[in-house]
Amino acid sequence: MTKPLTSTSRAGGVGESPVRPDGPLKVKGEFAYSSDLWIDGMLWGATLRSPHPRARITGVDIGPALAIAGVRAVLTHADVPGDKFYGIDQRDQPVLAIDEVRYQGEPVALVAADHPEAARRALNSIEVHYEVLEPIFDAHKALFDPTSEHVHPGTNLVRHQPVRQGDPDDPAVRAQCAVVIARDYEVGIQDQAFLGPESGLAIPSEDGGIELYVATQWLHNDLAQIAPCLRLPQEKVRMTMAGVGGAFGGREDLSMQIHVAMLALHTGKPVKMVYHREESFFGHVHRHPAVMHYEHGASADGKLVFVKAQIALDGGGFASTTPAVVANAASLGVGPYEVPHVKIDAYGAYTNNPPCGAMRGFGAVQACFAYESQMDAVAEALGMSPWRLRQINAVSEGSTLPTGQVIDSPVPLSEMLDDLVAMPLPPSEEFDLRRMPGGVSNTTHGEGVRRGVGYGVGIKNICFSEGFDDYSTARVRLEMIGGEPAALVHTAAAEVGQGLVTLKAQIARTELGIERVTIAPADSRVGNAGSSSASRQSYMTGGAVKEACAAVRQRVIELAGAPADAQLVGGKVVTALGEVVAQLADVLGDTAIEETREYRHRPTERMNPLTGQGNSHVQFALCVHRAVVDVDVELGLVRVVELAAVQDVGKIMNLLSLEGQIHGGTAQGLGLAVMEEIQVANGKVLNPSFTDYLIPTILDMPPMRLKILENADPHAPYGLRGAGEPPTLSSTPAIVAAIRQATGLALKRVPIRPEHLTGTLAS
Amino acid sequence: MDFLRPQTWPEALARKAERPAAVPIAGGTDVMVEVNFDRRRPEALLDLTRIPELTGWERDERAIRIGANVTYTRVIEELGAELPGLAMASRTVGSPQIRNRGTIAGNLGAASPAGDAHPILLALGASVEAESVRGTRLIPAVEFYVGVKRHSLAPDELIRAVHVPLSPGPQQFSKIGTRNAMVIAVCSFALALDVPARRVGTGIGSAAPTPRRAVAAEDYVSGALPWESRDPIPDGVGARFGELVAQTASPIDDVRGSAAYRRHALAVLARRNLAWAWKEYQCA
Repeated sequence: MTKPLTSTSRAGGVGESPVRPDGPLKVKGEFAYSSDLWIDGMLWGATLRSPHPRARITGVDIGPALAIAGVRAVLTHADVPGDKFYGIDQRDQPVLAIDEVRYQGEPVALVAADHPEAARRALNSIEVHYEVLEPIFDAHKALFDPTSEHVHPGTNLVRHQPVRQGDPDDPAVRAQCAVVIARDYEVGIQDQAFLGPESGLAIPSEDGGIELYVATQWLHNDLAQIAPCLRLPQEKVRMTMAGVGGAFGGREDLSMQIHVAMLALHTGKPVKMVYHREESFFGHVHRHPAVMHYEHGASADGKLVFVKAQIALDGGGFASTTPAVVANAASLGVGPYEVPHVKIDAYGAYTNNPPCGAMRGFGAVQACFAYESQMDAVAEALGMSPWRLRQINAVSEGSTLPTGQVIDSPVPLSEMLDDLVAMPLPPSEEFDLRRMPGGVSNTTHGEGVRRGVGYGVGIKNICFSEGFDDYSTARVRLEMIGGEPAALVHTAAAEVGQGLVTLKAQIARTELGIERVTIAPADSRVGNAGSSSASRQSYMTGGAVKEACAAVRQRVIELAGAPADAQLVGGKVVTALGEVVAQLADVLGDTAIEETREYRHRPTERMNPLTGQGNSHVQFALCVHRAVVDVDVELGLVRVVELAAVQDVGKIMNLLSLEGQIHGGTAQGLGLAVMEEIQVANGKVLNPSFTDYLIPTILDMPPMRLKILENADPHAPYGLRGAGEPPTLSSTPAIVAAIRQATGLALKRVPIRPEHLTGTLAS
Repeated sequence: MDFLRPQTWPEALARKAERPAAVPIAGGTDVMVEVNFDRRRPEALLDLTRIPELTGWERDERAIRIGANVTYTRVIEELGAELPGLAMASRTVGSPQIRNRGTIAGNLGAASPAGDAHPILLALGASVEAESVRGTRLIPAVEFYVGVKRHSLAPDELIRAVHVPLSPGPQQFSKIGTRNAMVIAVCSFALALDVPARRVGTGIGSAAPTPRRAVAAEDYVSGALPWESRDPIPDGVGARFGELVAQTASPIDDVRGSAAYRRHALAVLARRNLAWAWKEYQCA
């Protein structure tokens, strides 16, 4: 059975970098991931998936599968106990396909068997009769061609979000422009490429309920979707976080949660489910591919006059988080620049392509590639340096975004660019094959290699936007254990590798003035923590832990009869002047003090559906990148030589974790720039494996230079600013800009393939 | 699926004769991927890792005989000086973990057109030592590959060793991948100069149903190089050689690359490989 992940590190408050409790276990291969769960007598669950991106189901025969020895259950949509549909935003996704499949890999039937091989054989024996339909795979056509068929009855439009400010089409506005640049851009489908496949364990309980051990980003949102489908009250679905092997947005939507629970309830036995690698590519949503048309106008002195953009995001067969992704692309569609005249139209489409939803950067990534490419094009047309053009137009505190929202915390973009440009360029290196494009594959000894330098800037909203009631809950208990004051911190927040477990303990140590902190496993016995998404957990669950600690501290101070402004330091109650009032041991005695608090950020507003106006975001975070690349222009092979970044995080809570986030986010942006793409033809995935879906290796990801700024956000706990996503935005356009400089090519699509650089695309 | 674990080479041959459908496995870096992806469910696996006869290599005056269980890592570490081309190819295989398990013989057994060892084996004129209970034969590399993932071993034969000639001349190998390590070849190329014979050998990978030599290119360039004077390669010879190599390929469009790119890249690689090898010859 799973062991709870607990932290009993003894040192390290806010601002320090204590060793993360899960770190040594993960490095040594001893960490229990959700796929490692085991209980005696458990069955193995498996999922039959549609081979077709679009088809009508005319019949399902489970008889032959049930006849196989060791098979305990074969379930279809008819066996879903409650609601037949679920979804993170709209309840539009069937638990199991009913009469139509809308993407390749859509679950159709489930099997539970004594052994995974028996389950696999049973899957092959289920006879599903399909009437194959022509898939709808062109998002642009699906949205704008009135003759297009519909994926769901009535419409292929998930959301259209306009943003209107000024009038880019006014001839007087256009007359101010010395240059107008209009270009098309495309972003391919990126995958989160987490290593831990979707997996978990369901154990039926005596009260008719279920214990669910799953790896997810948001326990309570899972719960709210699972319980109605199982026709169980939420209190009978007890959820515990299992070890998460990476997430990056790909675990926001449900995968096997309802399925494994259905099998366990049906058989009355514990059931384990683990997707295999290829299946995992069909088992979670990806980053939306985008087709974008941008038009920028700028005056002769480099001031942006207008931006027009049409952004079409392909959400695939179901809504998932597409509405919120569309809102991000629209509201952040011009980037961190002051633009008087803006007309943006962002669309999310249903198609029969792979379903897309949350991935690190969430709608802001796609737009960033386009607007940063445009900034470079404008700079080139004006004969200006790309970073200077960005500085001329940079937002700062007090700037108004095209949505009308005023930025009311520091966003020192111009200074960040100064810092970036001032960083030394990488020195010339001795010849070493490993540092050539192609590496030890020995494709060049310097022939054809040209160097390029490029810049990228990105802006990301932090926390949930658009009026969502976004909060987190923390329970903190303080008591004497073995003669020492110790705190137990309990939240439902998902540790997905980002270091939240470490951070919660740091906050408790600082706020309670103690060393010993234990982090309880995340589960549904404590209130909602919200999702480990939108770079929000340091802010939100960090904020909740801080407030719960403050409430505990308050009670201790009252118990001690100390002045209200007293502090807890080094296991003692101390006045503001440093005078020791009491020992914690004496104040607490045998009592435990426990407090639970919910933490909310400032309320936000929905975007106006016609104009996009509104204070839709909580916080803005910026990162800027400089990329240096070597391109073998004859072979079209790229080596990124160095990536430098400047990011303002408000407050460095844990430098080691933070650097890890910036490195990792940058690497994911590098992947999108030069290699990562789920290739799809006619709605079918061509490369569902890590053999052909390539992610950067240590020889692809270069060393980084980092400068981290701490301009506090007065609205946020400790002044911190969410940090996980921004680097993913800006590294992609910086690398592409550098490749453009090395090759002189326009490069309108990411990822860039060697074919794009050598003019050898398949016809 | 049965798992057969012979302890000696004669026992392995006997098992293979009894059960020709048994799939031999050493490092497992190809076979286990196929099994795990459910692409292949052989009735039996024939584990060769316990057989001492396969674990070594030996040298005579003309060739090195590499036992079927010798890993890529050992080729790099123990044979890098004498078989530089094979070592270069071995360095491009997978990750360190894969190189610690995978073998040249396994690459041959899988006979994937993208196998990294094939081009240099073709360029050097290596041969495969195949053995069965019926006896032993040497199959020239050029006759070994007969189709996509198909080779010319008889159903009862096992690969005992690979005989790689000790080439009296420079060797090169290049592989195109869309990342800088741990990648399956989009296309690859190997070249070996046989100085005494005044011949250039070539091998093309991942650009045709099988690995293949570029014979017309070899004939052309062998005659066009100034072997005696060791002068620089005459203008146009490298480019023409590249063209002929590219023409020999019959690549396809797939997820890893376009046919047009493969042809283009092969022409560039052939020209560069020739220049590097010739420079080494000039300096020798």
